[in-house]
Amino acid sequence: MSKGNRPLSPHLQVYRWGAHMAVSILHRATGSALAVGAVLLTWWLVALATGHEYFATVQGYADSLIGRLVLFGITFALMQHLASGVRHLFMDMGRLYDLKVNTLSAQMTFVFSILATIGVWYAGYKVMGVL
Amino acid sequence: MADMKTPLAKVRGLGSAKDGTHHWLVHRITAIANIPLILFVVVSFVGNAGKGHAEWVAWLKQPIVSVLMILFIANMVHHMRLGLQVLIEDYVHDHGLKFASMIALTFASVLIAVLSIFSILRIAFGG
Repeated sequence: MSKGNRPLSPHLQVYRWGAHMAVSILHRATGSALAVGAVLLTWWLVALATGHEYFATVQGYADSLIGRLVLFGITFALMQHLASGVRHLFMDMGRLYDLKVNTLSAQMTFVFSILATIGVWYAGYKVMGVL
Repeated sequence: MADMKTPLAKVRGLGSAKDGTHHWLVHRITAIANIPLILFVVVSFVGNAGKGHAEWVAWLKQPIVSVLMILFIANMVHHMRLGLQVLIEDYVHDHGLKFASMIALTFASVLIAVLSIFSILRIAFGG
């Protein structure tokens, strides 16, 4: 069969970006980021079981600027993955397929994840007595 | 006509292992179980923010906390493995590399789970 001038199926670049599309791709991206978070959590648990000296070292990494940025990013990834995961569960039940509701629910996941991330870090600093 | 296919080619021709539905379903079930577990983890980490080694150990030593953390690790790692498996299936096209990635993912997942759960148990039963 000739491969010449045949029509190609449309790929990602022909679509206009929307919240529903961003949320779908971010679900995978945040899921992958959370795998890094799982490794860090394991490291932290091992450090806790190892003893106070090594634990202090690992806490020191977490307390550094880079450490906090990473943890902040993982918090956002977690909240975004949680929200869009719940949205997917509704879609698995056949809900949220109406275009407007679909887009609105996608936008709501961003509202939730941003507010929840800020809320968690605000509460954390409050508990530490920094704020 | 005689069958000219090798046994390996015959098996490959059968297609998928037909366990996609189970994979999909377990991914959702672990997702649902993750919701209350991750809320517990987040609330605990925020509530204990800034604490030192002794306080974290005392927190994790509580039987309910040890059990919930083990449940979280087991469920979360299972969910993670299923999700990353789909990523490998979708994006790694080379046959050998895909196979190696799958094995590596499984080994890494089991290692993460065992290291975490062993650490929790060591603290829970430690002096």
